Amino acid sequence: MTAPPRTTGFIGRPVRRKEDARLITGQTRWTDNLRLPGLLYMAILRSPVAHARIGPVDVSAALAEPGVVAAFSGADLADEYGPLPTAWPVTDDTIVPDHPALATDEVRHVGDAVAVVIAENRYQAADALDAVDVRYDRLPPVVDLEAALAPDAPLVHAGSGTNRCFTWSFSAGDYSAVKARAEVVLSRRFIQQRVLPTAMEPRAVLADTTTAVGESTLWTATQVPHIVRVLLSSVCRIPEQKLRVIAPDVGGGFGGKLNVYAEEALALVVSRRIGRPVKWTASRGEDYQATTHGRGMIQDIEVAAMRDGRALGLKVDLISDMGAYLQILTAGVPLLGRYMYPGIYKFEAHEIRCQGVFTTKTPTDSYRGAGRPEPAFAIERMMDELAAELDLDPLEVRERNWIEHEEFPYTTITGLTYDSGSYEAATARARELFGYDELRREQALRRDRGDRVQLGIGVSTYTEMAGLAPSRWFGQHRYVAGGWETAGVRLLPTGRVEAVVGTSPHGQGHVTTFSQIVADTVGVPLDDVDVLHGDTSVAPHGLDTYGSRSMVIGGRAVLAAAEAVVAQAKPIAAHLLEVEPGDVEFADGRFSVRGAPDAGITIQKVALAAFTAHDLPEGVTPVLHADVTIDPETFSYPHGTHLCASEVDTETGAVSVRSYVAVDDVGRVVNPLIVDGQVHGGITQGLAQALYEEAVYDTEGNLVTGSLVDYMVPGPPDVPPYTTDRTETPATTNPMGVKGAGEAGTIGSVPAVVNSVVDALRPFGVTDVRMPCTPERVWRAIHEHSPRGGVV
Amino acid sequence: MVRIITTVDGARHDDDVEARLLLVHYLRDQLGRTGTPIGCDTSNCGACTVLIDGYSAKSCTVLAVQVDGREVTTVQGLADGDLHPVQKAFHEEHGLQCGFCTPGMIIAAIDLLSDNPDPSDGEVRRGMEGNLCRCTGYHNIVKAVRAASADLRATAQGPAPVEPAPEHAVVRA
Amino acid sequence: MIPPQFDYVRPRSVEEAVAALGEHGRDGDAKVLAGGQSLLPVLRLRLGYPTVLVDLGRAAGFHGVREEADTLVIGAMTTHHEVMTSKLVRAHCGLLAEATSTVADPAVRHRGTFGGSLSHADPAGDLPAVARAFDATMVVAGPGRLRTAPASEFFLGHMTTALEPEEVLVAVRLPKLGSDWGYRYEKFTRVAQSWAIVGVAALVRRSNGVIAEARIGLTNMGSTPERATATEDALTGRAPTDDAVASAAALAAEGTAPPSDLNGRADYREHLARVLTRRAVLAAAMRTR
Repeated sequence: MTAPPRTTGFIGRPVRRKEDARLITGQTRWTDNLRLPGLLYMAILRSPVAHARIGPVDVSAALAEPGVVAAFSGADLADEYGPLPTAWPVTDDTIVPDHPALATDEVRHVGDAVAVVIAENRYQAADALDAVDVRYDRLPPVVDLEAALAPDAPLVHAGSGTNRCFTWSFSAGDYSAVKARAEVVLSRRFIQQRVLPTAMEPRAVLADTTTAVGESTLWTATQVPHIVRVLLSSVCRIPEQKLRVIAPDVGGGFGGKLNVYAEEALALVVSRRIGRPVKWTASRGEDYQATTHGRGMIQDIEVAAMRDGRALGLKVDLISDMGAYLQILTAGVPLLGRYMYPGIYKFEAHEIRCQGVFTTKTPTDSYRGAGRPEPAFAIERMMDELAAELDLDPLEVRERNWIEHEEFPYTTITGLTYDSGSYEAATARARELFGYDELRREQALRRDRGDRVQLGIGVSTYTEMAGLAPSRWFGQHRYVAGGWETAGVRLLPTGRVEAVVGTSPHGQGHVTTFSQIVADTVGVPLDDVDVLHGDTSVAPHGLDTYGSRSMVIGGRAVLAAAEAVVAQAKPIAAHLLEVEPGDVEFADGRFSVRGAPDAGITIQKVALAAFTAHDLPEGVTPVLHADVTIDPETFSYPHGTHLCASEVDTETGAVSVRSYVAVDDVGRVVNPLIVDGQVHGGITQGLAQALYEEAVYDTEGNLVTGSLVDYMVPGPPDVPPYTTDRTETPATTNPMGVKGAGEAGTIGSVPAVVNSVVDALRPFGVTDVRMPCTPERVWRAIHEHSPRGGVV
Repeated sequence: MVRIITTVDGARHDDDVEARLLLVHYLRDQLGRTGTPIGCDTSNCGACTVLIDGYSAKSCTVLAVQVDGREVTTVQGLADGDLHPVQKAFHEEHGLQCGFCTPGMIIAAIDLLSDNPDPSDGEVRRGMEGNLCRCTGYHNIVKAVRAASADLRATAQGPAPVEPAPEHAVVRA
Repeated sequence: MIPPQFDYVRPRSVEEAVAALGEHGRDGDAKVLAGGQSLLPVLRLRLGYPTVLVDLGRAAGFHGVREEADTLVIGAMTTHHEVMTSKLVRAHCGLLAEATSTVADPAVRHRGTFGGSLSHADPAGDLPAVARAFDATMVVAGPGRLRTAPASEFFLGHMTTALEPEEVLVAVRLPKLGSDWGYRYEKFTRVAQSWAIVGVAALVRRSNGVIAEARIGLTNMGSTPERATATEDALTGRAPTDDAVASAAALAAEGTAPPSDLNGRADYREHLARVLTRRAVLAAAMRTR
């Protein structure tokens, strides 16, 4: 006899992932794996220049190439669709430029799509691209953000009369008065370089408009099948009920797959035009040109403080790079960030302004953290600068300014109310795990000795707003959709359970974590639960996965739906037990009679009784199924303390992260294994922005880092092992107490790493190193400030 | 067209292919073995890593004609009833998230462990330097490879199992 | 991305290879396919459109490591993996084994070849500088003849060698070095698998406590692999003290014309060359008997 499987206590346990079995054996369904009868392959000709008027696009020679079935220019398809949409015009006067899926008159970034060729196989399609003839009459590129705002700057969109997409500003308190009173005013300019999301799976799309029922199906490597469906149905003029969008296995997203893309529209309309299914798969180089980029911002930051370390005021002036067009969230990303500049600190006054600027580069949009890593970086760097200026320990300056545990809930100067947290607890734990005091002693010793390799200690005590977002908040900020999430739970006749969720995982492990919630709530074995997602026909309601929302909103919906199903089962159980519902208790998958625990019935038996419906109480339906939609009342606020020790070779400028401690507070944890994994990956992406990655454009607007040869994604030897731990102050704003864990690592790590580099170089008079802190930049920083140029 | 004869995951194939056909496209498009994905154009990412005659290679940077007469093993050819210990360890240690890099990671790990059955953390990181992952930060991948290493060594040294062990180990030339 | 179309020949011998290059090299752009680890990415990115690939993968006469008296002969088609694990190479040409172990990554090293890497002549490639440091001799087959070329005359420019269109590199001859020689390859990269920003291949022979001879090859300090001759001269006859080596290494960038690119402007590369040369020479000197 083996023990019966566990039916409770899953939440909080490091349950191994249900998703893995297929992924580790290659039984996968990446979009590019899919094949349909009559499938054709689409290749896309892309602009090799940043900005040009295009002459007639001649596809006739391509049509004559072997295997080619069709080829289209922008003009050929112009009647098939409307412009690609943006979902977030952030001000009344935000300029929303026309954005055709295929350029018709002008190309505005390297990689802008110009023509498509459709052939019997991908090799023939690639060959035929060489035969498409396009004349490019060059226009001046617009690359530099500040130059783009000059009155005589060449224009990205001639019709708009300016490259300024929007300006917004906000203030609270009297910053000028506070600055006049301050004893110290520090100003810094930080550059958030453009980065490339680089999900390991390049984007891919398969469209089939040939089904017998007249339905169009789009398989796409996306994070947001529901958003794609509603927006593309309108772009491509397909009645929404006739468009089914499926996100099959999706190989990472990080914001790069949080969009509605030209290739999705093109595959649909081309399939419709020629009556056969059409597939497009990006090469890595194409993905780098045609998938949105992240960050891209100039940050001018000023902090006014007293000499005892108390910060009084914070002034922020931003220029944010939109790229050539507005993708769905392009303009909204800095607006999300607007709220987070104060971080965990108390300020009396705050001013912030942001200008969005068009450039002839690939559009920017969400990238892990979307809008929140930028302010976290700025404020955490400034806290270190303030500490250095005042000769205080960086942790001490933070402690003097942060919101104390007793002060929660606390409304910050930007108007957000943080519900919970303990910056003291997270910092104390991180300090202990890191060996902060010992490392400071070692640092002092090395400085005294003038060691060639110096030690730097970087601090970051970040917070973020997660669980995007209350629909009302989105509405107040001109985002065109809501922020709710839906889940359905159904108890099947055999006692198995299906959960249908509107979130759309692409690596996060929702099938496992949501199963844990359902299994615990319904009291069934974990393997008896399945989670369905990522197909608008299977899971029709949802707003998908981004912004650390899936557990905070979607998980909450799963819990509520599972509870509702148990409630539906209860009167049936009472009827079968021949007692009143009020006398029935439920625990661990079993209904029992209050006071007579031996009299009971399992939920599986209730499920069968409901299905057969032979003997149901009056008014009870045979279906045990509940859908719940949750619209969050507010955000959640994960926080944490990250400490990074870096060794900097002052001769070569090489930076090596020696140890990294992250103590995060993401509220209640459903699966610690998965949360740790999210934190590891998040830290690594932040560390990569800090030290390695940058999407470099030359002055002509060419993406110089157009492949993985030049775009420096760190490999296994380039990052350290991590020490992670957690404090747990449950969120008070949702019944599960969860806060979201998907982005915390990325938000916390960027300033921790850069602070460690700058800290190592303080003896040389260095006050900043631009990201990524390449060896050359580190070396030059030392040289600029030290006549000896290190210790050669 | 060039005639090639290959063995892929134990099955013999006899095909006419274009000389320029990449091995990974031969596997995916011609043989329908889509377990091996493509992540880049420049042999940097390692997602497409397979074993050719027991040695790891990036199948996007090999022509199908170059494996004429060779034996190719993909992630789909590792489990023989039971999972390969490296596959098992990736699951147990949460060494994957989206899973796109995983086939290449598992193959690279098998290659590494056949060279160095007991690698240190640093040796694992250096030995896997040709494989990129965007989700895990490598932390749990390193743990998984170390765990698989211990498992494989225990199996090699321990008493003979009651049931015949699956043929995991790829025989090297 | 997809390679363009090309014809394909698979010669069985050196003679057939030369004949194939002779036949196709004249009327088109024939390329030798060795391990393909540099060529195939070039084709996939459509940076080249060769009409014919001559695949040496099955040709006899290009493969293996053997001794000939005081020389090691390494076949051009010997893979990096075979080179770095070869007992002969490790015993007699440790610098080559060490540098080869830094080339790309294990999977690439299983396919990529020594001769392919030298013939490709990428200025950022590690092995050309090693060949220069060894004063290696290239054995080249052409129509009806074998000729040899010293490494100093083989690398002519950016990805350009002294190989004629109908010629192919067959083998490389390296002198066997005794235990009075020490070696070190110092490579500086942005991330582990990326190309060298600068590399320094140092060979140092000690005799009676002083450096009797130093040979230093530089990677990515110009369009061809260079020798740091001023440093070599300054080291000769000097004890390998920190100060002596540092002052000699300060001359390492003399006469070089390094590129400026994403990973480093020229002055940074010159600086790196000096630092890495000092480190390489000191490490090499430590390894001598």
